[in-house]
Amino acid sequence: MVATPSTTTRRIEPVEDVRKRAMLLAALYIAQEQYGWLNDEAIRRVAERLDLTVGQVKSTASFYTMFKLQPQGKYRIQVCEGLSCYLVGGAEPIINYVAEKLGIRPGETTPDGRFTLEVVQCLAACGTAPAIKVNDDLYENMTLSAIDQLLERLQQER
Amino acid sequence: MFEPILTRNIYRPNSEKIYTYLANGGYEAVRLALTKSPDELIDMVKRSGLRGRGGAGFPAGVKWGFMPKEADVPKIVAVNTDEGEPGTFKDREIVERDPHQVIEGVIIASYAVGAHRAYVYIRGEFFLGVKRWIKAIADAYEHGFLGKNILGSGFDLDMSVHRGAGAYICGEETAMLESLEGKPGNPRLKPPYPAQVGLFGYPTLVHNIETLACIPHIILRGPEWFASIGTAESKGPKIFSVSGHVNKPGNYELPLGTTIGEIIYEHAGGIRGGKKLKAVIPGGASTPVLTAEHVDVPMAFETLAAVGSQLGTGAMIVMDETTCMVEVARRLTKFFAHESCGRCVPCRLGSRRLYEILERIERGKGKPADIDLALELAREIDGLTFCPMGSALVNPARSTIKHFRSEYDFHITHKKCWVGNQIH
Repeated sequence: MVATPSTTTRRIEPVEDVRKRAMLLAALYIAQEQYGWLNDEAIRRVAERLDLTVGQVKSTASFYTMFKLQPQGKYRIQVCEGLSCYLVGGAEPIINYVAEKLGIRPGETTPDGRFTLEVVQCLAACGTAPAIKVNDDLYENMTLSAIDQLLERLQQER
Repeated sequence: MFEPILTRNIYRPNSEKIYTYLANGGYEAVRLALTKSPDELIDMVKRSGLRGRGGAGFPAGVKWGFMPKEADVPKIVAVNTDEGEPGTFKDREIVERDPHQVIEGVIIASYAVGAHRAYVYIRGEFFLGVKRWIKAIADAYEHGFLGKNILGSGFDLDMSVHRGAGAYICGEETAMLESLEGKPGNPRLKPPYPAQVGLFGYPTLVHNIETLACIPHIILRGPEWFASIGTAESKGPKIFSVSGHVNKPGNYELPLGTTIGEIIYEHAGGIRGGKKLKAVIPGGASTPVLTAEHVDVPMAFETLAAVGSQLGTGAMIVMDETTCMVEVARRLTKFFAHESCGRCVPCRLGSRRLYEILERIERGKGKPADIDLALELAREIDGLTFCPMGSALVNPARSTIKHFRSEYDFHITHKKCWVGNQIH
């Protein structure tokens, strides 16, 4: 059913529909974990479960940077390019270093599917900058030699 | 010597656990609050002078008073843990290390405004924070602080955690509500304000978690005690996140009104490598930059406004004499261009055009007219968008041109940078 604009009056969508749509971000996280990324099948299944259109699901999924509409490497190296990281030697020097070591540019995945390099905005770790994240784990006070050790460990992990 | 209030627990071992919180007087404020009437509590928060800690600084008690009184209207409390303002890392520390302090504030606020449902929204990137929130809420249920008939008072409250997924704009309150509803985080036009039409259309009280963390202390120690801390228009303690070129970056809890210089030199250990202070962004990336001449300015809403800046989130980014201010403006503008939700044209396109102007000036390809072009563009963006991001995104360019115009001129005239005489 059509909602009245939220700017003029209280919306009149049935509560059940509203509550179902509110589960969309959580559902997308679950689908992404199952499929590795949000491919067409993942999007379609989420839409079916929540009684939404594929368009509604895609419009939300494509808005948020943590939802991936492309295949991702096993380890997503997310390097912060925030001002606080830059001021203490982070951002480009670290981005470029990781890019060179892995032989890929930001946004790309290594051919073996192991690493994706991603440039991200402030990770709220400015007091312990430079900061990077690998998947869900935060690494603080990073140096180039710490990057070496980290990549070496991830390279060996199965 | 100021005794920490909001951060008094965070250095204890197992500070995030409910037993640690209970052993240090935790949840006593809820017990006391439930013996009072909602109107008494709203009055206490009004008298405390507490203003929102998420950036806008709106008086919390007034916000509570805006919530409708009708008992048959379902009401909601929405808890903003979507900390993404560059330079800010206080909320992450609070939720990771002392989440129960916030839950206590949520229970009291919900009881005061008659809400029986509280939604926590947390940044998707805060994986540990999500886990801490979930565990803390489960423990609070187990101890009878959440759920039906809380501590035998007859008051019910349910609370749950919802992860964002990487969008700065969702820290804006109406964008956060859209995101909680499963939609893209596009801010809503105000009015109506969330207190009238909020989450799922219901009246909603939205607070930053540092604001909520102040509530238990106001209830236990009294609004007069709280109002005795700080300045004329900025009451209570504040967590200042300090980063950049300082010896001891970190979170420092101090009274509002502590000067910029005291925070940098007495608490954050001064400037690294014995260099000179050049500039400070006082309240996160969206607040106008200040200079070394402003070290005696107190960190308070009214005093920072008087020098053309804002308290924002109280996140200080400190820069020494080796910093190129054109580059600072260019980097911050890039951030806003990246994070624009795209709904309003002045923000979506203006941020990109502004970034391009700053980039060419920084690279030594700017023309003399570019500085005025940037300022003119800033005027066409400021205040002409749904949400405050339009006004925020022009601050880096506008304030660095205001205080460091000679650096812009140097870049344009000499086609290289003032600092270190190199092209960046």
